Amino acid sequence: MRHARIRAAGEDIDVVVETPDRLRTADGRVLNANDVQWLPPRHGTIFALGLNYADHAAELSFKAPEEPLIFIKAPSSLIGHKQNSVRPANVEYMHYEAELVAVIGRAARHVGRDQAMQYIRGYTVCNDYAVRDYLENYYRPNLRVKSRDTLTPLGPWVMDAEEVPDPHNLAVRTRVNGGLRQEGNTRDMIFTIPVLVEYLSRFLTLQPGDMISTGTPKGLSDVRPGDVVEVEVEGVGVLENRIISES
Amino acid sequence: MTGRDAWIRRAGVSAQVQVAADGAVLLAGERIPEQDVLWQVPPHGMVIGVALNLRAQLQRLDAQFHAQPYINPPQTPVLFIKPENTLNAHRAPVPMPPDASVIQPGAALGVIIGRRARRVPAGDAMSFIKGYTLCNDFSLPETGYFRPPVRSKCFDGSGCLGPVRVAAALLPQPHALELRTFVNGALRQRVSLTDLAWGIPALMEFITGFMTLNEDDIFFTGLPDERVDVGPGDEVTVEAEGLGRLCNRVIAAGVP
Repeated sequence: MRHARIRAAGEDIDVVVETPDRLRTADGRVLNANDVQWLPPRHGTIFALGLNYADHAAELSFKAPEEPLIFIKAPSSLIGHKQNSVRPANVEYMHYEAELVAVIGRAARHVGRDQAMQYIRGYTVCNDYAVRDYLENYYRPNLRVKSRDTLTPLGPWVMDAEEVPDPHNLAVRTRVNGGLRQEGNTRDMIFTIPVLVEYLSRFLTLQPGDMISTGTPKGLSDVRPGDVVEVEVEGVGVLENRIISES
Repeated sequence: MTGRDAWIRRAGVSAQVQVAADGAVLLAGERIPEQDVLWQVPPHGMVIGVALNLRAQLQRLDAQFHAQPYINPPQTPVLFIKPENTLNAHRAPVPMPPDASVIQPGAALGVIIGRRARRVPAGDAMSFIKGYTLCNDFSLPETGYFRPPVRSKCFDGSGCLGPVRVAAALLPQPHALELRTFVNGALRQRVSLTDLAWGIPALMEFITGFMTLNEDDIFFTGLPDERVDVGPGDEVTVEAEGLGRLCNRVIAAGVP
């Protein structure tokens, strides 16, 4: 099943997505997706990976890291499916990053990689935009690059884990105005989901609803106001949003 | 006395209480010694730390910060997020990760946002602040500042906040504070907030320039430069005039 969170008539509601257009509430009401606002799925802490695909690391002239490069996303940066992302004025380079996101289902502490997948409840999709103009070499990527308001579309929904039998063999794509710009496969991750759960749960307790956004493959490019950006993870979902200008 | 709020549990019941200057809890007309209640983390949303924010520290590291991999000293405040798993209350134990040989306390002043703050100019910043609290941001020793400090600063229980939320009106001169850190009762460190490279209004302007802060979001600053090593059994106390004493004991984390 696909689980989403939407706003309709001023109320935030959890729904099951029967088809991308047809949503069902817990009390049985059916809503048309065109009549609602998609919200980011319920979440706790969002951990995001940098340089977790070798081809992408090479694209940025970094050698692949020996330890996962993890940063935390500010919840204030999140938006849902089909919402607008604001490109700041006077920047040269803002790019999308299509990512598979693993959603934690139960508290995980000291979980070995062999057991780790039992702690994953489902999957969603993130577009982890970056504004490269703001990069500095301290705690890189810094918050201004990665946690700007509206620059983390997440969703449209969480797909139950049992419907994603092999999360490490999924195509990851970005289309801008319909044209393919980025294409990779989750099989090329450097640190896989079980390795990341093992790594994080060695020093912190992952909680239900926490998310791990697993990094992006090669194929970055600038996006501009007016562009419609779709990031897709095969078998999980297509997350669409539009870039608008600041004014 | 009002404006010195704390959140506690006692006999299984949660309560918002006032705290006397000596740390005692005032509950239903009764004075309760601070050891007799279970302290809670004050209400909070997102918690953001500000690193590398003392002038003397930036000066000490200046040559290093002109070399690889930094190339230039920080041009903007250096921020990091403390996720929910890290947040910890007054008197709660701080578990040292099993693979660490020491951890290091980091006294700081927590600035608590009072209302939605977006693109706030420095000149208006103070009107968005509801109050202050003490912070003790424990960290593994940091060997560098190039990558985000998730392993060093996001272990469970590393971010201590409290004990009291002091109303902004009671602390008109936050930059005049001195933060003192005691280990097992001995004074080990003092940091004066007059040395902040980015003061509170400038931090507010920078952060809200790209990120909306909401009521009860907290940012903290004042983290010391040279760090003190502590380990299991050590009791670490952070204090500042008017903000009380935030006290936590380090314990060994359970290993499975």
